[in-house]
Amino acid sequence: MSLAAAAPMVIAKGRSEGLRPLLLVAPLLLLLLLSFGLPIAALLSRAFYEPMIANALPRTSAALSSSSGAGVPDDQVFRALAADLAAAQAAERVYEFAKSFNVRLPGARSQMLRAARAAAQDSSINKEGLIRAAPLLGDERCWAAIRAGVNRFTTFFLLNAFDLRWSDQGSIVSAPIEQAVFVRVFGRTFLIAALVTLATLALAFPLAYLISNLRPAMAGAVLVLVLLPFWTSILVRTAAWTVILQKFGLLNDALLWLGLAQDRLELMYSRAGLIIAMTHIQLPFTLLPIYSVMRSMQPSQLRAAQSLGARPLTAFWKVYLPQVTPGVLAGGLLTFILCLGYYITPALIGGASDQLISNFIANYVNVELNWEMAAALSFVLLTSTIGLYALMTHYLGLDLFKMG
Amino acid sequence: MTGHCKLALALTGAAIIWQWQPAAAQELTIMATGGAWQAALRQAWFEPFAKKMGVKFNEQEYLGDLGKIKAMVETGNVPVDLVTVEKSTVLQGCDAGVLIRLDYSKIADRSRFLPGTALDCGVGIDVYGDVLAYDTTVLKEAPTSVLDIFDTKKFPGKRAMRKAPAQNLEWALMADGVPIADIYKVLATPAGVDRAFKKLDTIKKDIVWWEAGAQPPQLLASKEVVMTTAWNGRIQNAIDNDKRPFAIVWKNQIVEYDMIAIPKGAKNLDLAYKYLSYAAQPEVSAQLGRYIPYGPVLKDATPFIPKDVLPKLPTAPDHMTSYLVGDVEFWGDHGEDLVKRFNAWLAQ
Repeated sequence: MSLAAAAPMVIAKGRSEGLRPLLLVAPLLLLLLLSFGLPIAALLSRAFYEPMIANALPRTSAALSSSSGAGVPDDQVFRALAADLAAAQAAERVYEFAKSFNVRLPGARSQMLRAARAAAQDSSINKEGLIRAAPLLGDERCWAAIRAGVNRFTTFFLLNAFDLRWSDQGSIVSAPIEQAVFVRVFGRTFLIAALVTLATLALAFPLAYLISNLRPAMAGAVLVLVLLPFWTSILVRTAAWTVILQKFGLLNDALLWLGLAQDRLELMYSRAGLIIAMTHIQLPFTLLPIYSVMRSMQPSQLRAAQSLGARPLTAFWKVYLPQVTPGVLAGGLLTFILCLGYYITPALIGGASDQLISNFIANYVNVELNWEMAAALSFVLLTSTIGLYALMTHYLGLDLFKMG
Repeated sequence: MTGHCKLALALTGAAIIWQWQPAAAQELTIMATGGAWQAALRQAWFEPFAKKMGVKFNEQEYLGDLGKIKAMVETGNVPVDLVTVEKSTVLQGCDAGVLIRLDYSKIADRSRFLPGTALDCGVGIDVYGDVLAYDTTVLKEAPTSVLDIFDTKKFPGKRAMRKAPAQNLEWALMADGVPIADIYKVLATPAGVDRAFKKLDTIKKDIVWWEAGAQPPQLLASKEVVMTTAWNGRIQNAIDNDKRPFAIVWKNQIVEYDMIAIPKGAKNLDLAYKYLSYAAQPEVSAQLGRYIPYGPVLKDATPFIPKDVLPKLPTAPDHMTSYLVGDVEFWGDHGEDLVKRFNAWLAQ
């Protein structure tokens, strides 16, 4: 995120000549759409569209659609499944299928591999033979998963992102408590983002006021002090916080030496440490929009209010604050939205129960290779962020495009 | 013709001639998980191989995450020829179709490898132990078993464990009294999983989680934790090279294997196979122990292990009194489910 994005933007719209500027930026918009919008859309579509199982089981899918009813199907469907599995085995695609099926039905991986091996060896294998090779195939749950899986469009992953699932009876139920994780993590992500936003606002507002009232040379010097860490990589700053916050680190040493603490505080791998580090990293993002608005304020307005009889506090409240509010909201919103996507700092400084939703998305992308689940979680995060932004603009009258 | 055009033509010509230079020496690129371990691989194998074959050996570091390999394979841009991976990752990578199925006729006879170290998509590099480590200047009384990590009365303070269900669930069951021979049988049942998590619950608030192998020695050195589970070589390295006052507890260690694999679409396939067959020679295989105390995966390499290295290996007779061999198949089947359960447990 660059400074330019934090600065107020002006886009004229709704006028008759409004079309011409749009034409001028059309190539840029097109480039953005192609290089940014399309890949995001392609990735997010994996949350709804998962064709792996349907692709691996075309004959089973056809046989299932012609036979009616639920539960374990008849021999004809099993023969179709055997043919599908044998073909997948020959094409070396059975492993991908087994993995993706295992996501929907944990423990199914090795059973599917065994069934495929049996089907490849014996082309005339029947229902009993397949069930003998893979007992799971005699289970209704397995067939419910197959029936759901041959549908390329799925709600499985999105429901999962809300700790929900389809029950065997076809209604939506909540996941067992020991597996329900995402609602809690989303809640925690929003809570930490809100706490950090409040902390940065508390620091940034007085600081921005101070800088905007300093002589230009001094103001420049203080701004550089604020911006210097801003230009350092997040990873480096997070590592620096580790040195400061750890049990035998600088802060604990200082507190003990000053006699302010009896014991060494547990700041690393804790929420307190995480909020301290995130607040430090986010401070410039909150400060700069506020500062840019404050700097453009005319001090004569306050003097005018006071000369008309307002007390300093009233003048500040009625004249100053309303005018800087857009900057405060913009800075707060920017920090809040950036905090929602934090990943490195919670991973390095936060404890196990301080991991934000991005850490889970990263885990699904990097470790589990379950990109569908990662897409579903990203989708929820993105839509809730956009929703929040829409709420802000609607109820608080904030419009980033109109400010300035 | 203007001057600019001439200049452009001359530059294009130069560029073409540059392209026609005779092909540079062959290159082999490996992506490994870094730290003291990768440095040891370099000294024991990469550099001798590069010298012997007259090739250039490039190294990259990563966290061992399959996602990175998958992204390379799916985008068709695979700049690495070999990757080091964990055993469970080999199975997963095989299933996901991002690692190639190895042709063992180009490497070595499969029967020469220890059981479970010559997999379809990955071949073993070394044997390591998941052990317990502590700082002797911090803990006055020495822990005697890895399971002492569950004893917060006798050993108060933070302890570090790897942020993954593997090994931790096994140790939790051992600490809960399950005989070592039955660990995976019990862990395959929902009641067994509940039992393991219940045991982990007892120390949950005291645990600091580590993710990279270099973290346990750091956590001990910064005195952030009083004890930590670790890979034995990283701790030995800190003792030998950094002169740290650490000690290793071997009882109830879990024996594991590191593996190497070839991602689908690797450009220097022949050279990658040549490297694998080079490393599968018994006398070469035993070299790693000189630089980091991990044992060879080849049965016939034992006579070549240096005498002073043997007592530091996880497979030294003294260390094999009570141990478990990590079960790849189990983690292949139940890994995904248990990781989700583990993450939910962490978040609670």
